[in-house]
Amino acid sequence: MNLTLKVWRQKNASTKGAFVTYKADGISADMSFLEMLDVVNEGLIHKGEDPIHFDHDCREGICGMCSLYINGQPHGPKRAITTCQLHMRTFHDGQTITIEPWRAGPFPVIKDLAVDRSAFDRIQRAGGYISVNTGGVPDANEIAISKVLADEAFNSATCIGCGACVAACKNASAMLFVSAKISQFALLPQGQPERYNRAMAMVEQMDKEGFGSCTNTGACEAECPKEISLTNIGRMNRDYFTAKFLKEEEEHKS
Amino acid sequence: MILDAKIPAGPLAEKWSKHKFNLKLVNPANKRKYNVIVVGTGLAGASAAASLAELGYNVTAFCFQDSPRRAHSIAAQGGINAAKNYRNDGDSVYRLFYDTIKGGDYRAREGNVYRLAEVSVNIIDQCVAQGVPFAREYGGLLDNRSFGGAQVSRTFYARGQTGQQLLLGAYSALNRQIHEGKVKMYTRTEMLDVVVVDGKAQGIVTRNLVTGAIETHAGHAVLLATGGYGNVFYLSTNAMGCNVTAAWRAHKRGAFFANPCYTQIHPTCIPVTGDHQSKLTLMSESLRNDGRVWAPKTVELAQKLRKGELKVTDLKEEDRDYFLERKYPSFGNLVPRDVASRNAKEVVDEGKGVGASGVAVYLDFAESIARLGEDTVRAKYGNLFDMYYQITDEDPYKVPMRIYPAVHYTMGGLWVDYNLMTTLPGLYCLGEANFSDHGANRLGASALMQGLADGYFVVPYTVGDYLATIGPKPIDTTHPAFAQTKKDVEDRIQQLIALKGTKTVDEYHRELGHIMWEYCGMARSAEGLNKAKGLIAQLKVDFWKNAIVLGENEEFNSSLEKAGRVADFIELGALMIEDALNRTESCGGHFRVESQTEEGEALRDDEHFAYVAAWEYTGEDKPEVLNKEPLVFENVKLTQRSYK
Ligand SMILES: Cc1cc2nc3c(=O)[nH]c(=O)nc-3n(C[C@H](O)[C@H](O)[C@H](O)COP(=O)(O)OP(=O)(O)OC[C@H]3O[C@@H](n4cnc5c(N)ncnc54)[C@H](O)[C@@H]3O)c2cc1C
Ligand code: SF4
Ligand code: FES
Repeated sequence: MNLTLKVWRQKNASTKGAFVTYKADGISADMSFLEMLDVVNEGLIHKGEDPIHFDHDCREGICGMCSLYINGQPHGPKRAITTCQLHMRTFHDGQTITIEPWRAGPFPVIKDLAVDRSAFDRIQRAGGYISVNTGGVPDANEIAISKVLADEAFNSATCIGCGACVAACKNASAMLFVSAKISQFALLPQGQPERYNRAMAMVEQMDKEGFGSCTNTGACEAECPKEISLTNIGRMNRDYFTAKFLKEEEEHKS
Repeated sequence: MILDAKIPAGPLAEKWSKHKFNLKLVNPANKRKYNVIVVGTGLAGASAAASLAELGYNVTAFCFQDSPRRAHSIAAQGGINAAKNYRNDGDSVYRLFYDTIKGGDYRAREGNVYRLAEVSVNIIDQCVAQGVPFAREYGGLLDNRSFGGAQVSRTFYARGQTGQQLLLGAYSALNRQIHEGKVKMYTRTEMLDVVVVDGKAQGIVTRNLVTGAIETHAGHAVLLATGGYGNVFYLSTNAMGCNVTAAWRAHKRGAFFANPCYTQIHPTCIPVTGDHQSKLTLMSESLRNDGRVWAPKTVELAQKLRKGELKVTDLKEEDRDYFLERKYPSFGNLVPRDVASRNAKEVVDEGKGVGASGVAVYLDFAESIARLGEDTVRAKYGNLFDMYYQITDEDPYKVPMRIYPAVHYTMGGLWVDYNLMTTLPGLYCLGEANFSDHGANRLGASALMQGLADGYFVVPYTVGDYLATIGPKPIDTTHPAFAQTKKDVEDRIQQLIALKGTKTVDEYHRELGHIMWEYCGMARSAEGLNKAKGLIAQLKVDFWKNAIVLGENEEFNSSLEKAGRVADFIELGALMIEDALNRTESCGGHFRVESQTEEGEALRDDEHFAYVAAWEYTGEDKPEVLNKEPLVFENVKLTQRSYK
């Protein structure tokens, strides 16, 4: 099929970007969306033009590196998949496809379609771990965990840190991501000792990074490739308020 | 050069404990005076960086993705082995050791493999303590499955995303150390060379992928945990960014490269659809537990299927050849990866392949669905079936999957001794990037185990010994070797940027991949390899004349990034061919058509080839020198593998 692409091009963080139109001809329905971009890029390179820059690595929906806002939707029109899993059979001959980077203040564009998501790493560094050193831990089967809880923690743990939730949100809220990370640990017995400090530290870092607040629109859940549920946000809020409450108690005492 | 693997003497089961006792310790007060560089933060690198920082060393870590969480380890699906014997089904450290040595076709060191099996149990404890959500049973304890033909259930798993969950665990440990200021993390940064001072590795040269800045970093020791080189074949199950550059640059600075020709071709991948294809997708090996592999009995039937004149579901039972079950009655569909792959290739070469291209066989779940019910099959493999559907637009609940082997893992890598040190003192190598534990073939679910064993439990001890030996004298980048190595890197980048030819870097990469797959893939012959040697030599000359590299260094330049990697892959390809030519026996994933049994199975030649081939770089376009490390087997008896 033959397509028209309107692609956001921006040389680097400090220059202004603009849409540029390209033709993508002879595209096969079996190609993935990123393979379609590969073909366009090969053509550009042959003409001596700078190829379109986009982030990607695993190309099987797990590393969270690919992004792209396709026709107004993060990761394109299909539910529960990433851009690298999107195939061209989803589009039709003659279609115009608009491709943009994630748009959110805390995710500045680095080049073309690639953005800087290091804010996510910083949030996890603030407390997204269980403080155990290597060695000296109990036998794995000394901790029995009910399957229901383990499965629910797993559901939260499937988040791939792609940032589509932020891109989908009109407030650029990172609540879905952060709450998934907090929930995974909050649901497990291993996560209990640091549960409230963790919630506090991660939420504070999230606010520091400039992510917006949540107004319960649910756009994040709808666009999340891993179907992370809004329940996580409820859990996070509860832990965060408990944490604040505990801290205030502490301050009253002193 | 005499290669000393430094394997401790004494009984197998005591080697590692004794060795740990004999290793020198660094005084706790001195640990903060040392800086250790860790390149790569996948499972091996992240676990090493975190563990070393916990011990008190200062760590500087690097990865080329935008976050350590995205390393290729994230993609592992199936699981991780450990000799926990939670199932009471007869597993033990010795059995895991034995299976690994045998599975590797007797081309790995006994000492290393035993240690791997020994520490495997600690890995699971560590991961659970970190909050890794492994699959559990209703009683609340951990679940296991049998994987890749093992006779015991020793594989721990986390749905179809064990790699992501383990990596998130190691990443969280790393994050904690970054937070505490003990690890300085550089992302989107690529290592392009090792700095050697007085014969020791004391630093690296890196390029910031966003700005192009070339920088030097100094350390008392340098650890490479940069993953495998399967992308030398262009198409593989590896992530797009996987490359050999770090290991290859180190090789050129004095680290020997061992067994480069040992590559693993995974039997169950989604077949290629066309030239646009950028990567291949693995369908987890666990599918072979319930899926049956078959091809049509005759070439005529295969042709009809290919043309669409016959539907696969209409093919009668007696017209199907379940070739693995037929040839290997005791292991059936669960034969090791190399055997399953070679048999699929054989069937396709005979003209019985299916799918539009004719380069595929079936993996059929009809029998399991009938026996277990669709719901049970969905619960076990739902995510894999969805993934297959997503890519092929075919519903595997209704029609059999089409599969074909693809390059998946590289057993070869930088040569390391028992301490994981390369032949360049101070330079260590961990994870898939080293050659150490899998011999000529890796068992399923053992790479994750090895990466984490190296990072959590081996290197933190062995690096300490080296650091204690060299002492905490400060090391910085003022030595002239830093400026010189930086200049070498800059010159090479300028050479690449100057290439304004007619062919894209991807076109060269694809061509290299074709050559490697055709002549150094599942079956190799002297004739083919010699031909490939010439083709690669030509390709290299042509690349450095006619490649197109756009833009400049001082920008986010994917064209330049790729060019550097492909240039290294071409040189590695030449060495793989050399190694494959030298090894005239068949073993594990390395099948020389000249060396097979009467039944067409791989035939080892223990008399002449029970050694590790460690190649030494001697200069640009000069032949590499072969050094041999003999493999000594004191505990296991070498037998011809048989899965009949
Ligand atoms: C699809 C798939 C499924 C798999 N499933 C399983 C499984 O079920 N069980 C199992 O045991 N194994 C499995 N494997 C194999 C296993 O995943 C890998 O062998 C293992 O994860 C490698 O880990 P690593 O830490 O050595 O390297 P990687 O995870 O590849 O990490 C490499 C690191 O090095 C960095 N790097 C590389 N080069 C440079 C450079 N020049 N400069 C700076 N940084 C650099 C990267 O950024 C990255 O951080 C699978 C592999 C694939 C492809
Ligand atoms: S919550 Fe979903 S959309 Fe947000 S980062 Fe995680 S996987 Fe991506
Ligand atoms: S490239 Fe890894 S999730 Fe898309």
